[in-house]
Amino acid sequence: MSEETIVAGNPIEQKRCPIVNDFCMTVSTVNGSGSATANNLLLRSLFRMGIPVSGKNIFPSNIQGLPTWYTIRVSRKGYIGRVAKDDIVVAMNPATIAKEAPFISPGGVMFYADDLRISDLREDIIAYPMPVKKLVKEADVAPSMRDYIANMVYVGVLAQMIGIPLDVVYQTLEFQFKGKKKAIDSNWSVVKAAADWAAANLEKRDPFRVEPMNGTEGYIMADGNMAGALGALYGGLQFAGWYPITPATSLAETFTDYVPLLRKDPETGRQTCAVVQAEDELAAIGMVVGAGWAGLRAMTSTSGPGLSLMAEYLGLAYYAEVPVVVWDVQRVGPSTGLPTRTAQCDYTFAYFISHGDTQYIILIPGSVNECFEFGWRALDIAEHFQTPVLVMSDLDLGMNQWMTPAFQYPDQPMDRGKILWEDDLEKLLAERNGDWGRYLDIDGDGIPYRTVAGNRHPRSAYFTRGTGHDEYGRYNEEGDVWEQGMNRLAKKINGSRELLPKPVLKKRDGAKIGIISAGSTDPAIIEACDLLEADGIPVDYLRLRALPVCQQVLDFIKDHDCVYVVEMNRDGQLQQILSLETPEHATRLKKVAHMDGFPLTAQWISSEIKAQEAK
Amino acid sequence: MTDQNQRQQVNAAGLSRADYRGAPSTLCQGCGHNGIASQIVAACYELDIVPEQVVKFSGIGCSSKSPTYFLSRSFGFNGLHGRMPSLALGALFADTSLKGIGVSGDGDTASIGMGQFKHLVRRNLPMVYLVENNGVYGLTKGQFSATAERGLELKRQGINPFLPVDICLEALVANATFVARSFAGDPKQLKELLKAAFSHNGIAVLDIISPCVTFHNKENTLHSYTYGKEHEEPLHEIAYVPARDEITVEDFEEGSSREVTLHDGSMIVLKKLNQDYDPTNKAAAYALLEESHRNQELITGLIYVDPAVPSMFDAYHLPETALNRLPEKDLRPIRQSLEEINQSLI
Repeated sequence: MSEETIVAGNPIEQKRCPIVNDFCMTVSTVNGSGSATANNLLLRSLFRMGIPVSGKNIFPSNIQGLPTWYTIRVSRKGYIGRVAKDDIVVAMNPATIAKEAPFISPGGVMFYADDLRISDLREDIIAYPMPVKKLVKEADVAPSMRDYIANMVYVGVLAQMIGIPLDVVYQTLEFQFKGKKKAIDSNWSVVKAAADWAAANLEKRDPFRVEPMNGTEGYIMADGNMAGALGALYGGLQFAGWYPITPATSLAETFTDYVPLLRKDPETGRQTCAVVQAEDELAAIGMVVGAGWAGLRAMTSTSGPGLSLMAEYLGLAYYAEVPVVVWDVQRVGPSTGLPTRTAQCDYTFAYFISHGDTQYIILIPGSVNECFEFGWRALDIAEHFQTPVLVMSDLDLGMNQWMTPAFQYPDQPMDRGKILWEDDLEKLLAERNGDWGRYLDIDGDGIPYRTVAGNRHPRSAYFTRGTGHDEYGRYNEEGDVWEQGMNRLAKKINGSRELLPKPVLKKRDGAKIGIISAGSTDPAIIEACDLLEADGIPVDYLRLRALPVCQQVLDFIKDHDCVYVVEMNRDGQLQQILSLETPEHATRLKKVAHMDGFPLTAQWISSEIKAQEAK
Repeated sequence: MTDQNQRQQVNAAGLSRADYRGAPSTLCQGCGHNGIASQIVAACYELDIVPEQVVKFSGIGCSSKSPTYFLSRSFGFNGLHGRMPSLALGALFADTSLKGIGVSGDGDTASIGMGQFKHLVRRNLPMVYLVENNGVYGLTKGQFSATAERGLELKRQGINPFLPVDICLEALVANATFVARSFAGDPKQLKELLKAAFSHNGIAVLDIISPCVTFHNKENTLHSYTYGKEHEEPLHEIAYVPARDEITVEDFEEGSSREVTLHDGSMIVLKKLNQDYDPTNKAAAYALLEESHRNQELITGLIYVDPAVPSMFDAYHLPETALNRLPEKDLRPIRQSLEEINQSLI
């Protein structure tokens, strides 16, 4: 440390005390340069040091050559939401070098590849050159691999300068390359050379460093797409039909990796889950509706444009009462929108999707761990209520690596709902003097009994249709029959309210106002609540996890003078839905909505609420 | 009725024809689709297929209403316009011992559903895929479909300026493993083709010219009864021979027939008529369809078959038990496996 040489009055001096495990750094590269490996290596190394950490990839909608940023936040307090300012920037991309500096907080740091031309660098930041070309050239690496390995230079330099033990980096490399010695060795040689160079040539002039702590025990690092897919496999998923779309693709691709591991009989080689890449989203949803109808636990995964294409089949599934699960990993829309940016802009569309009177059960996971949980739970709920369930994730949750509590094994047996096989049907017919119909509300809860194709009982078959049908599944165009059927469907969905995942409530002493939000905004809101409390505004926070809402949500709105509905879209879609749920208290709901494609920050949320409170 | 009579009127599955019937048709009287429904009933009865073993699918249109007019004891799903193939695909994975039959129309298959149709064919999903082809949209009261011939005149539409889609040709291009054409007014041939289609282990596409008596039955048009009857050019006389029957090729005149053995050991025997046609020769099938276009003929019969191609299910190693009957213990991985995954993510 050499803080004594710092110029008085400069922000650099103000940061003379070491700042440990509480800063944010962004690596600027071009995509397709192999930087993901380097960034994940840094992220996971920090995680393995026990430091709460989060990583966010801001990437363009192309494959190679455009600017990409990767932000890593370390937070000893455990905050994992996004921050908009960087304390450290690693500049590897000549095209964006001029754009990086304004994002660096006063007293911050820039590491830059020394072949980049930097001019007029701010005086209130510290700059360290890195001889990237030289170190890569000297490394024992095949020339064709050099571009991909160049990013290991900043891993080595950063490790040395902020204090990540090199043995942790090495172990993480082994983990990342699954023990492939050649890949480990070539990457390691660059990391080591860069760290050695930094130790010999760079004088530490900044306050940012990391120290091992005990903040990640019981946690894993994973992304929401993988978690959702794994959860579904533990939920007994039997059929997945899908079509590639950013940012949902990696969800279905997880099946390719894990079905052979989890759902294959090691002796016979037979698999209990079939995955079909469809020709489009119209077919993907058709396949899963067919599979769900025939008694398979079925799901598809998509994003906004794909969901638009699925609308008609979802309406049929709602009306014909077919259990299916649809994951919508949301991105910025409408239209093609910003395909690689995150949003929560499909809520209202999903809730009412398709023509006619419809309403769907919506699950909104707020963490990667919850993606796993809703992966299996969604299948139970869909079969229990014989209806489509939409799980609303987003790009930030789905594609970024998050520290999250370890996945928990399902704590309930599978709920296959009211399904009748031969013996069940025989018994029911005997009890009811032969009276059974596919859409007959026998139990008074709006949920009928169903049989599925393959049932060999002569009374089991019925003809499923999207056209009007009576309680026995027969074609019917009579107005009162239609209305009764639709009212029963409404009753069925209403009956789900108290049985869906309950909200998570965080109360604070003296709070008069509340926040309602859902999904990936959770970390930023948790932090925003602390910021607001520090400013003398205690806030109760309710995180919705399902729609339609339960009584607890309505009570929460009723019990607060004002409820800020925080979300990542333009129109305040969640606020709109909540206003419909509780029109008598709708004026208490205030919109705190923002959509620029980036995850919300605690800073923005707290200042927005403060501004509205000041009115 | 005596016991003796009753016994005579059941098939090997112990079922009477009545067990295969459907609800009364609501289609127009004389509609070709009704005749097709009757032949499906006859084919299933004669094949001794238990109705519960069949699953019916359809899209939207007059044709797609018809699955309620046969096999009431079979499950059925009337899906969306042009999107029956995806529905059938998902459903048939539930129990691969089920026999799927999809009923579509020319609008449902050759217009809105062309994509799904061709992808279903490409995947070789084992099912019978019928197109009840009348060249017209009936349920919306008489618009041109994509299979309407150029120059056709309809009351409110004027003259069709476009060339028609040939469903058999499209199937062939998509590598269908069974392509046939028949005519609703030729019940004998239709039934034999249906029986063969049910025994095929792969996609069996049957394009059935089925005249619309209400909107499209001018005597000089391709999809009319009179045209069909006059211009039908059967490739061959077809006889379907179930696997368990002892009838063999010797029953046919030596040199005038060709057998095709299907996956379950049953056979189709094609009796030569006016040309020496080999339905296993794809190039010949293309040529035949081209020629019939030129001659304005309706070539009917088995146009192409390849019984040896693996089906879609062969690409998936599914369990012996139907997937939809697997209990929780076969579907939920054990607890320890999750602990291992968690360990791998630290």
